Amino acid sequence: MAVGKNYLVGVFEDPDVVLDSIKSVRENGVKIHEVFSPHAIHGIDDYLGYKQSRLPIASFFYGLIGCSLALFTIYWMLGFDWPMIIGGKDFVSLPPFIPVTFEFTVLLAAHGMVLTFFIVSDLKPWAKPPVFDERCTDDKYIMAIDLGENKKSKEEINKMLSDSGASEVNEKNFK
Amino acid sequence: MQISPIREPLIHGGKTMHDVSEDICRQVEAKPSKGWMAGFAVSLAILSIGSISVGALLWDGIGVWGLNKTVGWAWDITNFVWWVGIGHAGTLISAVLLLFRQKWRMSINRAAEAMTIFAVICALMFPGLHMGRLWLGFYWALPLPNTFGSLWVNFNSPLLWDVFAISTYFTVSLVFWYVGLIPDFATIRDRAKGKVSRAIYGGLAMGWMGGAKDWSRYESVSLILAGLATPLVLSVHTIVSMDFATSIIPGWHTTIFPPYFVAGAIFSGFAMVLTLMLVTRKLFKLEDYITIQHIELMNIVIIVTGSIVGIAYITEFFIAWYSGVPGEQYAFINRATGPYWWAYATMMTANVISPQLFWIKKIRTSLVSTFVISIIVNIGMWFERFVIVVTSIHRDYLPSSWAMFYPTKHDVGVYLFSIGFFLTAYLLFSKYFPVINMAEVKSILKSDGEKIK
Repeated sequence: MAVGKNYLVGVFEDPDVVLDSIKSVRENGVKIHEVFSPHAIHGIDDYLGYKQSRLPIASFFYGLIGCSLALFTIYWMLGFDWPMIIGGKDFVSLPPFIPVTFEFTVLLAAHGMVLTFFIVSDLKPWAKPPVFDERCTDDKYIMAIDLGENKKSKEEINKMLSDSGASEVNEKNFK
Repeated sequence: MQISPIREPLIHGGKTMHDVSEDICRQVEAKPSKGWMAGFAVSLAILSIGSISVGALLWDGIGVWGLNKTVGWAWDITNFVWWVGIGHAGTLISAVLLLFRQKWRMSINRAAEAMTIFAVICALMFPGLHMGRLWLGFYWALPLPNTFGSLWVNFNSPLLWDVFAISTYFTVSLVFWYVGLIPDFATIRDRAKGKVSRAIYGGLAMGWMGGAKDWSRYESVSLILAGLATPLVLSVHTIVSMDFATSIIPGWHTTIFPPYFVAGAIFSGFAMVLTLMLVTRKLFKLEDYITIQHIELMNIVIIVTGSIVGIAYITEFFIAWYSGVPGEQYAFINRATGPYWWAYATMMTANVISPQLFWIKKIRTSLVSTFVISIIVNIGMWFERFVIVVTSIHRDYLPSSWAMFYPTKHDVGVYLFSIGFFLTAYLLFSKYFPVINMAEVKSILKSDGEKIK
């Protein structure tokens, strides 16, 4: 996440107030950098204009890779590389191959998706993201607005945040 | 979002969001309590006593167990199935109840998932240890190129399905649990005062700040993981049951096994969750979060799954008679009236009769009776596996080779080792990790707390 220099940080006490505030701030043509909250707020994506995450689609494709890889490998190993008669069955008999194929599908779908999530959200041990207000992991809802990205003056945005319910508005400058 | 006038609040005590952080982080930040220390000492003692037997097992081989030519499978597989079954409740609570949008899961899912992970490790111990040479386990069990030609592992074998099922189940549960922990680690990180704790929890939190975009991805990931974990958990115990059901041993060779084992797994798992939660709740003073309502709801799950298990026992018996196969019929008559009748009676009493007591509201809302019955169910479910395994094989096809199984001290010791490990790991988790999912509980305070902030 590219970080600008000067931010205005609105602190809110209630999730519903934040949602209303996001609406009014955005209607006034101000671009919001990000909203931070101690828990997931349902419906906030629509207010902020975020598209739905495509991680489920990624997961589907990881699963597809897992499924075909497992089936192909088992077929090749037991059917062609070293065929052996087991229980008087054909070398290649589909039903007993399904459990391992299923497990491998789930394995890749789950781990692939979580790894992708960590990469796109830039989550890694000891990552140092910009901190706007530490209280956002406790009980405050934080709205950060990049002043460099917005044409409106600091005072105007400050008033907008206070009017829409922010309990405090702070400035945050990064070097 | 409004408080429902009809439903009981899930979180008592008029908690605010800050109170939630305080209540849950308190025991993470404070010095360990005396009760915790005492419990930890006992767990470590059990673990060390058990480790003597594990040492003997690895040094001398499985001859130290009481197995004989007729009874080649006994405590080892019993313990394995018992632990895997216990693990299932954690996934059921976190994944299935998430898909059903049951908010009461939020106070118990973290600890239940931790229980799943430790129980699965305990389960994995048994197939691992019984190989004698642990380090060769990967080589024997995974399809790796080898110098036998390459002669591959047998994908037709349910034992190999087990390898894939349990290892997938373990890693997926671990990741599911960890993703849920990240926001809570961030809360602890931002409260931490010491340099060391800030560094440790900062590393674990992986730079989580709770941005809306990250929350949106987090929610998608949780939902999909729950969707994947649900069929996974069903497949795992189905495959465990196939270790028996795909054989042709009378008493094992039944098609009812997969659903019956899955129900039994959830049944025993919920009993273990209750045992642990009642202790955790008391030890860390979490009565406002894990309320009588939570306990009652879990007891209702126990009635449902206990009844399914009961019906499965009866169906099994009926089908053995109805099949008209003398070997099958004898296996079941021998189970109930043979030399192991006491094990069968214990199983029937503990698993079929005792959960029915929960129909009485007073019993299912009382902490003492819940605790007692949860222990009884745990014991009963261990006996269920023992009955299935040992009584089916101890009187096999030739009466001249009929035998009894007598456990040695090392059978008991290895079992104790797994219990000691489980308790030690759970106590460490409950002290150093947030035992309740703070972020999720905060999200329901407005709708299911006692007052609007």
